[in-house]
Amino acid sequence: MNYIKDLFDFLSAPTISFTLLTVAFPFIFPPTDWFDKKNKQWGIYKLWTNKGAFWIFMSITFFFIIGYFDPYFNLTMTKPDNIPIILMIYSMIFVIWLGMKKAYNNDARLDRGEKPEEWNDPDDKVLVWPDLVYIELIALILFMVFLIVWSILIGAPLEEPANPAATPNPSKAPWYFLGLQEMLVYFDPWLAGIIFPIFIIVGMMAIPYMDINKKGEGYYSFKERRVGYFIFMYGWMVLWVFLIVIGTFFRGPNWNFFGPFEWWDPHKVVPLTNVNLSEYVWVKLLNKGLPTNIIAREAVGFVAVIGYLFIMPLLLAKTKLKNLFEHYGPVRYSTLMLFGLTMFALPIKMYLRWLFNLKYIIAIPEWFFNI
Amino acid sequence: MSEKVIPKASINSDSGKDLNRKGFLGWLSIGWLAFAGATGGFFTSMIRFMFPNVLFEPPQSFKIGYPDDFTIGKVDTRFKKKYAVWVVRNDEGIYALSTVCTHLGCTPNWLEVEQKYKCPCHGSGFRKTGVHFEGPAPRPLERHSVSLASDGQIIVDKTKRFKWEKGEWEIEESFLKI
Repeated sequence: MNYIKDLFDFLSAPTISFTLLTVAFPFIFPPTDWFDKKNKQWGIYKLWTNKGAFWIFMSITFFFIIGYFDPYFNLTMTKPDNIPIILMIYSMIFVIWLGMKKAYNNDARLDRGEKPEEWNDPDDKVLVWPDLVYIELIALILFMVFLIVWSILIGAPLEEPANPAATPNPSKAPWYFLGLQEMLVYFDPWLAGIIFPIFIIVGMMAIPYMDINKKGEGYYSFKERRVGYFIFMYGWMVLWVFLIVIGTFFRGPNWNFFGPFEWWDPHKVVPLTNVNLSEYVWVKLLNKGLPTNIIAREAVGFVAVIGYLFIMPLLLAKTKLKNLFEHYGPVRYSTLMLFGLTMFALPIKMYLRWLFNLKYIIAIPEWFFNI
Repeated sequence: MSEKVIPKASINSDSGKDLNRKGFLGWLSIGWLAFAGATGGFFTSMIRFMFPNVLFEPPQSFKIGYPDDFTIGKVDTRFKKKYAVWVVRNDEGIYALSTVCTHLGCTPNWLEVEQKYKCPCHGSGFRKTGVHFEGPAPRPLERHSVSLASDGQIIVDKTKRFKWEKGEWEIEESFLKI
């Protein structure tokens, strides 16, 4: 048993768990033919059957049962704040499973030359009044019973009165903001706290205008829009939900990383000395002091950021993504690139921090401008 | 039910006739003026509410004791709770560090064993001098003005802040030579 726990602790290190998820994702939600072939070959699509659901449910529950009997994970798991996260893990996976099951079902129907399931009016169609309203009333009462029982069984996670001199250690945001808090570890507040949330909201509103594929509209289908599925699922599940899970279970005192079965040692020492890109270039590579001119000092960072956000999409439009560019037109293409590249900047920056201790690509504290 | 229903509002009624253009504009201006007055008054009182009559906060400038009260090489955390400063003495003198993290404003803790200030919110770490070295904090902790009063006690003035990235730690007031 200890061997399994050590394995979980080892796997949950951010570099490993994040890499595993990122590598596994294109196989689970294959965006290209090659990945689709591997998905079929290895039988990953079987996850979206009833049997698959059973195994997913059992493995998550197995993990939590081990956790419940572990003295350390029990503390994090049974904390009243964290119980919604456990519910969230189950409900998120269930909703994805249901959607993917319906999508694969429809894909099979389309392959057979049939219409998707949603084509015909369902047999269990009901009238709004009184049938649907009654169903809603019953659901409402059941949900209230659930909430009342919950509130009786588990005490509210109240803490001592706020004191500016004593910040709880670790100090955690409300669970729905833990993804944001995790982003704030890697980016300056104006980016992770203002620009990124705005981009997330505006980007989600822009999805219907950027995804102009007419196929698969109005019914579940995976193969009709697999690239869109993949990008959205990665952004939603890995870059938001998984970060919430990390923030809940894997972040301990002093905001250090801890494995799920590890003791939250407040004196855990992790070497984290961070270095800015300008220091890497000027001090370590060129063996010189930092230039006094701010722009000269951060020139490499500016080139990297502008190259990533603006030059790279231009080059891609001429080469690899030529078809997409012609299909989408310049405005839609650049919007898609801006939002997409900003989204993928998050995992890139996380890896740069974990692997090279890179603090900021552009670091101008004099102007409050750090990227 | 096939006959056409004409909504009553669309039929020309007499009520429109006793109001000419000039009268309408007059009433409109009065209405707008009243609206602007009411909202203006409301927001004035709201803004007034932001400035309380009495402030229950410790003085911004205070005496912390004599230089000999502070041990060389130690971070004094006695003033953290009331005044939100750490007082540090090194071989050369004394400086006062603000306890506000320069990332998002949480209060870090001084860890004696690790010899660093560590923020519990996003993991920023600062050396004893206040210089940031780990986590996301983009700049060092700010220093406050320290000087000697006529009775020999040290005065910390929190209204004056010295930022390293602007080269202000070179200013004499940011550091008390002993």
